[in-house]
Amino acid sequence: MEGDIAQMGQFIGAGLAAIGSGTAAVGVGNVAGNFLSGALRNPSAAASQTATMFIGIAFAEALGIFAFLVALLLMFAV
Amino acid sequence: MATEEHSEGLAFHPMDQFKIHPLFREIEPGTCVPDQGITDGCLKWYEVTNATLWMGLSILAIILVFVIGTRGRSIIPSRIQSIAELAYNFVHKMVEDVAGHEGVKFFPYIFSLFCFIVFANFLGLLPKSFATTSHIAVTAVLAVAVFLTVTIVGFVKNGTHFLGLFWVTSAPLPLRPVLAVIELISYFVRPVSHSIRLAGNVMAGHAVIKVFAAFAPLILISGMGFLVTPLSILAITAMYGLEVLVAFIQAYVFTILTCVYLKDALHPGH
Repeated sequence: MEGDIAQMGQFIGAGLAAIGSGTAAVGVGNVAGNFLSGALRNPSAAASQTATMFIGIAFAEALGIFAFLVALLLMFAV
Repeated sequence: MATEEHSEGLAFHPMDQFKIHPLFREIEPGTCVPDQGITDGCLKWYEVTNATLWMGLSILAIILVFVIGTRGRSIIPSRIQSIAELAYNFVHKMVEDVAGHEGVKFFPYIFSLFCFIVFANFLGLLPKSFATTSHIAVTAVLAVAVFLTVTIVGFVKNGTHFLGLFWVTSAPLPLRPVLAVIELISYFVRPVSHSIRLAGNVMAGHAVIKVFAAFAPLILISGMGFLVTPLSILAITAMYGLEVLVAFIQAYVFTILTCVYLKDALHPGH
């Protein structure tokens, strides 16, 4: 066992930031699931809305990416 | 992160695959220690690296498919020509649907982006290759280029009306300054999320494959191997399948977000 308490804090912080990435997965799944349930009710309208779904997924994912960015910064930049 | 540092852990470090090294020489040990001011043997900015090689290869592949593959211009397309036509129509329709008729002017740029990312992603999936899009440096250049293009186009097309993007007239007046701050932040954060989304997805997938690949030779070392090795080989296969999907979807998402930003620049009203 080596290293100091600041390094320990870095690693714990990076791990906590990974939780944020995980919750973004919940958001993305929510978007896709709701799209699917809507698409199964009205399949004829589904094809025209896939682009919207991907945009929604991308925006939901963006905040998870910030958590990931924090983890990267803690691991490599601080 | 050389192999000997991790001799008791994994057989190799999962992030080693993203190392950039010069193509035509080895970095001598001890000639590149930036901490002690020794930088003689370090990578120079003009040197050809493995990243350069694989970016060049993806451009070669694009030329092969889209220039040489479609040279026949036959009415009944050959296989490569139909792939090129499919890709062309796919992106053209995307630009038209999302960015509108005015956005079609920017189709060549968006199509180049799409092709480069798709080919870089798929070439990066080949064993022993190097995934250029896993580097934030590469994707950040693409994303910042998109950001600058969109901002300049917005100001050239709409003048100061472009700032209406931040002043949401459909919201009640007291709320508008607050929204303006939020819109401003979300506007300038675009290149960050745009680039890290692509790099993060590609990098994470490749790293996971390598983690399982490091578990796979356990059968040679320990008794647990009979359980771990088949499972990890199965996991590599599954992750690889997922990565093929991600390689395409991330290129698609990158392009469609470019179209969305372009639409914002061409029609800044909410």
